[in-house]
Amino acid sequence: MTRLNPKYIPLLATALVLLAVFSTGSLLYPNFGTPRVIVNLLNDSAFVGVAAVGESFVILSGGIDLSVGSMVAFVGILVAKLLQVGWDPFLAMGIALCVGTAAGVVMGGLIHYFELPPFLVTLAGLFCLRGLGFVIYPESIGIDHPFYGQVLPQLSILVAPKAVLPFTAMCFLGSVIVGTFVASFTRFGRNVYAIGSNENSARLMGLPIGRTKITAYALAAFFSALGGIVATFYMQSGNPASFAGLELDAIAAVVIGGTLLTGGVGFIPGTLMGVLILGLIQQIIIFNGTLNSWWTKIVIGALLLVFIVLQKLISGGGDQES
Amino acid sequence: MIDWVSDLLFWIVFGSILFLLRGQRIFWSVGALGLLLLFNQFFTPGFFHIQILDGHLYGSRIDVLNQGAKVMLLSLGMVLVIATGGVDLSVGAVMAIAAAVSSRLLVTEHQSAGAAIAAALVISTLAGAWNGVLVAGFGIQPIVATLVLMVAGRGVAQLITEGQIINFLDPTMVYLGNGHLFALPFTLTLVLVTLGLAFFLVRRTALGLFIESVGDNDEASRYSGINAKQVKFLVYTFSGFCAGLAGLVACSNIKSADANNIGLYLELDAILAVVVGGTSLQGGRFYLIGAVVGGLFIQTLTTTLYARNVSSDISPVPKALAIIAVCLFQSESFRTRLSHVVRPFGRILKPLGSRPPQKSITATHDSPKP
Amino acid sequence: MANSLLEIAGLTKGFPGVKALDAVDFAIQRGEIHALMGENGAGKSTLIKVLTGVFPRDAGETRLEDKIIAPRSPREAEGLGISTVYQEVNLIPHLSVAENICLGRQPTWLGAIRWRAIAKRAAAALARLDLSLDVNRQLSSYSIAIQQLIAIARALDISAKLLILDEPTSSLDRTEVEELFKKLRKLRESGLGIIFITHFLDQVYEISDLITVLRNGRRVGCFATQELPRIKLVSHMIGKAVHQVEALEQKRASTASIRSEAPMLEAHGLGRKGSLRPLDLDIRPGEVVGLAGLLGSGRTETAKLLFGVDRPDQGTVRINRQAVRFNSPRAAIRYGIALTPEDRKVAGIIPNLTVRENIVLALQASRGSWQRLSVTEQAKLADRFIQALAIKTPSREQTVRNLSGGNQQKVLLGRWLATEPKLFILDEPTRGIDVGAKAEVEKLIQSLRQDGLAVLFISSELEEVVRQSQRVVVLRDRRKVVELTEGEISEETIMQSIATHNLERPAA
Repeated sequence: MTRLNPKYIPLLATALVLLAVFSTGSLLYPNFGTPRVIVNLLNDSAFVGVAAVGESFVILSGGIDLSVGSMVAFVGILVAKLLQVGWDPFLAMGIALCVGTAAGVVMGGLIHYFELPPFLVTLAGLFCLRGLGFVIYPESIGIDHPFYGQVLPQLSILVAPKAVLPFTAMCFLGSVIVGTFVASFTRFGRNVYAIGSNENSARLMGLPIGRTKITAYALAAFFSALGGIVATFYMQSGNPASFAGLELDAIAAVVIGGTLLTGGVGFIPGTLMGVLILGLIQQIIIFNGTLNSWWTKIVIGALLLVFIVLQKLISGGGDQES
Repeated sequence: MIDWVSDLLFWIVFGSILFLLRGQRIFWSVGALGLLLLFNQFFTPGFFHIQILDGHLYGSRIDVLNQGAKVMLLSLGMVLVIATGGVDLSVGAVMAIAAAVSSRLLVTEHQSAGAAIAAALVISTLAGAWNGVLVAGFGIQPIVATLVLMVAGRGVAQLITEGQIINFLDPTMVYLGNGHLFALPFTLTLVLVTLGLAFFLVRRTALGLFIESVGDNDEASRYSGINAKQVKFLVYTFSGFCAGLAGLVACSNIKSADANNIGLYLELDAILAVVVGGTSLQGGRFYLIGAVVGGLFIQTLTTTLYARNVSSDISPVPKALAIIAVCLFQSESFRTRLSHVVRPFGRILKPLGSRPPQKSITATHDSPKP
Repeated sequence: MANSLLEIAGLTKGFPGVKALDAVDFAIQRGEIHALMGENGAGKSTLIKVLTGVFPRDAGETRLEDKIIAPRSPREAEGLGISTVYQEVNLIPHLSVAENICLGRQPTWLGAIRWRAIAKRAAAALARLDLSLDVNRQLSSYSIAIQQLIAIARALDISAKLLILDEPTSSLDRTEVEELFKKLRKLRESGLGIIFITHFLDQVYEISDLITVLRNGRRVGCFATQELPRIKLVSHMIGKAVHQVEALEQKRASTASIRSEAPMLEAHGLGRKGSLRPLDLDIRPGEVVGLAGLLGSGRTETAKLLFGVDRPDQGTVRINRQAVRFNSPRAAIRYGIALTPEDRKVAGIIPNLTVRENIVLALQASRGSWQRLSVTEQAKLADRFIQALAIKTPSREQTVRNLSGGNQQKVLLGRWLATEPKLFILDEPTRGIDVGAKAEVEKLIQSLRQDGLAVLFISSELEEVVRQSQRVVVLRDRRKVVELTEGEISEETIMQSIATHNLERPAA
C-alpha cells in the first residue's frame, strides 16, 4: 500500500471535517469536548442516525429513499397509538417494524419491476406514510407506558463521570455495527455495492439484481422504522406531523459521510461520522446562542455541495462536451 | 335554477373542448379532470355553486383556479426541466426564498411593492441559474444537484426573514394572490401570462425543439450540433423564475411569509402535474397546456377532498396513489406485464404513452461502443 | 461428434423485424479455440447471449457434454460451466480485485464473508493465469489489459468447461495481446474449450483452431483455420465470392479533374490514443473517398475525430488551408462538415420527434434558437427532402420511430443536406436498409459529388465502396494500411489489403 486507495478519499475528507468541526467547537466553548456533550450528541442524533444507516444502503445501491421522515413519524404515531390502546410494547414495536419493512418492499418492487424512478416512488411513499400517520391519529400522543417510564432509563450505561449513554444512543451505535456488518460481510451487502457501481456489469456477472434492490429498500425502511421507534424513546411521544424533512438530513449525513450519491462507493462508519458532523454543527449553533437554527440548513447544504463536487471530481470530472 | 343552467352551459363548453382535443395527448389529462368534476357535480353538494359578490365570482371552481395557481406556475417551469430528462426538487425552497425576499424588502426595508417583487423574481431566477450551472456546467445529476438547494434554500429563506413570520398588508402584494381581474382571480391572469411567456419562449423560438430533442436523445442532439448545456441551463433558470412567481402568490395568499412552510412539498405536486399533463418523466415531448391542466387536476383533487371533509393532513395519500398510477401507465414494463394479463386491454393502453423500450444490454449489434 | 463439449443445433432467435439467428449450428471440442467471425449484424453477440441465457431462444437445442441445457440467465450458464468475458470489462471498478473474482460466490462462515479466504481464492485463480497481483487493490487501479485477465480469472474460478471471450482484445495493445494468447494456449492445453470472438484477422490466425463464420444470422461454414486463406475468410464474412469481383460493373467517375482541386480537408497525423493511430487523409471537393476496413478497424473512429465527437490527441486538421480544432460537433458543423453516424438509433434519429423536426434539427441548431424557422419554412424544407429523397412516410408529422430503417436514414441525410455541407461524412449509410433504399442512397452520393461536395464514405460493403469512391483508404487494426487510387480500386485489392498480414505486401 504505497499510495492511498482512491475509495478512501471521501471517507478521509469526512474524518477531517469531523475533526475540524469538533476542534472548532472545543476551542470556542470550554465545555464542548466533555463526555457528557458527546453522549448528548449521540442521544440527539440517534433516530436520524439509525435512519441514515438504512438510507446508506439505498444510496449505495444507486437509488434514493425520500420517505424516511414520514416513516419515522408514521411509526412513532403507530407505536404510541398501539400503546395507548393497551398493547404490549414489544408487540407494538414488532408490528411497526413489520409494517415499515413491508412498505419498503412495496416501494422497492415498484422501482425494480416497473422501472419507475426511485425518487418518485419514495416521494409517493413519503406522502402515503405521512397521510396514513394522520389516519392513525391526527395529533400527538404522549407515551406513559411503564416500559418507557421505568425500564428504558435503566437501560443505560455510565461511560464516564456524569455521562450516561442512553439506550437510544446504543440503538444508534448498534445499527451502525449491524449496518457495517451487512454492508461489508454479507453477499447481499457486496451485491448492493456492485449494483450501485454498475448495474449492467452486475447483471452480466450473474448477481441477483431484483432481490438485492428490493432488499435494499426493505432494509432502509426497516432502519427508518427502527429510527421511528428510537424517536419514541427520545420524545416519549408520537406525532404524525413531526420529522418533516428528516430524509434530507439523512441523505446529507450519508453524502457527507463519504458515500457516492450515484452509488457503489461508501462506508457505513462514514455515515456515523456524517451524522455526528450534522449533530456537532447543531451543537455549535446551540452553544453559540446568537447564531440561528437556519444556519444549520445552510451549512449542511454547503457541505453537501462540497462533497457532491468532490465526488464528481474524483469519479472523473464532467462529460465530454466542452 | 340559475345554477342548473350554468352547470349545463359549463358541461357543454367542457364537452366541446374535450371533443376538439380528441386524438391529442392532453385529451387524457382534460378527460381525467372532467371525470373528477363530474364526480363533484353529482356527489359533492355545493361544489358547482357559484355566486357573485362585488362583481367577483366566488365558488369551489373559482377556488380551484385561485389555489391551483401556485402548482400551475411551478409546473410550467418543471415541465421544461422534465422534458430535458431532469427534475427540479428545489422549487419549494425557491418559493420560500422569493416570499422571504419580497416581504423582507417590503416590511423590514420599507421598499416599494414593485421593487420587492422584482427583487424576488431576480433572486429566484438566480437560484434557478445556480441549479442550471450545477447540472449543465458540472454535469451533476439533476436530482442530486437540485437537492442542495432543496436543503439549503429553506435555511436561506429563514436567514432572510430572520426566522420571523413577516406579515404585510401592502395592497399591491396582497392583490397578487387575492385580487380580482375581470371578475376572476388575478392569479388566473398571472398563470395565463406565464403560460404565454413560456409558450413564446419555447414555441416562438427553436428552444422547444431543442429541449425535446435533448430530452429524447441527448447523444443524437449533440451530433446535430445542439448546445445541450445551454438548453439545460435555460430550463433550470426558467424553473427558478416560475418558482419565484409561485412563491410570491403563495405569500400573498396568506399575506405573510413563513419560510418554513411556504411551498413545502409543492415540488411533488408540480412533478405530478407535469406527469398528469402527459409529459413523460424520461424526457422528450412536453405539453405546456397539459402541465397547466395537470395542475388544475391536482388542485381539484385537493379541493374535492377538502369539500368532502377529508382532513388536509390525509389528502397527500390519494395524491401519492394518483402519481404512482399515472407513472405505472407510462411505464413500458407495466404495460407489457398488464397486456400479458389482459390481452384485449393491451391494445387500448398502448397509445396512452407509447415509448420505445429503454436502451439496455439487449442491444443487438456487435459494434464496439465508444 | 459424440466427443463435443458443446453442440448447438438449429438455434433461432428473432427480434421484432429481424431474424438475428436463423437455424445456426455450432460445435466445439475440449481443448479447442474456436473463433466466431462475422461482420456487424452477423449474429455473433446474439449467439453468445442466447447461449448464456441473456436472451431466450425461439428454437434450437444446445447440448453440453451430451446433456441438453437451456440456461435462463448468465448465472445459470455459469453454474453449468459456461463463463463469458465481454469486450468491455464487465467488472465492478470500485471493488477490489479479489472481490471482483469472487463476487456472488464468496466463501462464507455462518453468513459472514471470509475475506481472507476470498483473497486466497482470488490469488489462486490468478495463479492459473500466471498472474500475481495485489488482490486487495481496487480493480480500477489496474490497466484494462490486466482487468481483462482478471475477468478471465473470474470466469475460470467456477470450474468452467467452456470460456467465451467476446472481443477481449479490442482495447489491448500488441504485447498485451501476446500475453493474453500465451495464457489462452495454456488453458487450451488444460482441456478448456474457448470460443473467441474478434474482428482482428491476425489474431484469429494466430490463436484459433477452427473458424465459424456467421453472416446475417446464418452460419456460412466452419473451417479449419490453417486451411482457410485469409482472402477466403474475408470474402465469407463480407459475402462476396472472390471470382465475382471482376464481374462487377465499374462506373466510377474520372478523377483527373478532381486531382487538380485544392483539398477541402487535410488531416495530418490525426490520431487518438487507444482509438486511432495517426493517419493522413485529404478529401477534395467533388470527390468521394471510401474508407474500407473490417469492423473495429478504425473507420468510425476516424469519422468521430474529424467531426469533433472525440478529440484527437495528436495531428492537425486543415479545412480550406486553415488549421482548425474541433472540440464538439457544433464546431465542425460551423465549418460545413456533416456526419450521418454509424449507429442511427443512438446518435442519429430523435425517435419521438416528427420527420419534419428531425429534418430541420441541424439547420435550426446552426441558426441558434432565436432565428427559428417558421412552421411554413419547416414544412417546405421537410417536404422538399421527403420528395427529393423519396422518404416513405404517411406525413411529415409522423414520428421517426415508426419509419423503416431506410427511411430513417434518408431523414438523417435530409437533416444534413438542409445545412448545405461542404464535406459529408457518411458512416455506414446503407446498413440495415433495404435494397431499393440502398440504390437511392448511392445515387444521392453521386449527385452530391457532382455538385462539388467532398464525401467521406464508410461502408463494410466493399462493392459499394468500389462503386462509389475515387480513392479508397484501407484501414486495419486502427491504422491506415494503404491508399488505393483510381485503377487500383477493386474489391479484390481491398480485400487483400485487409487480409494481408502486417508486414507482407498484397499478394495476388
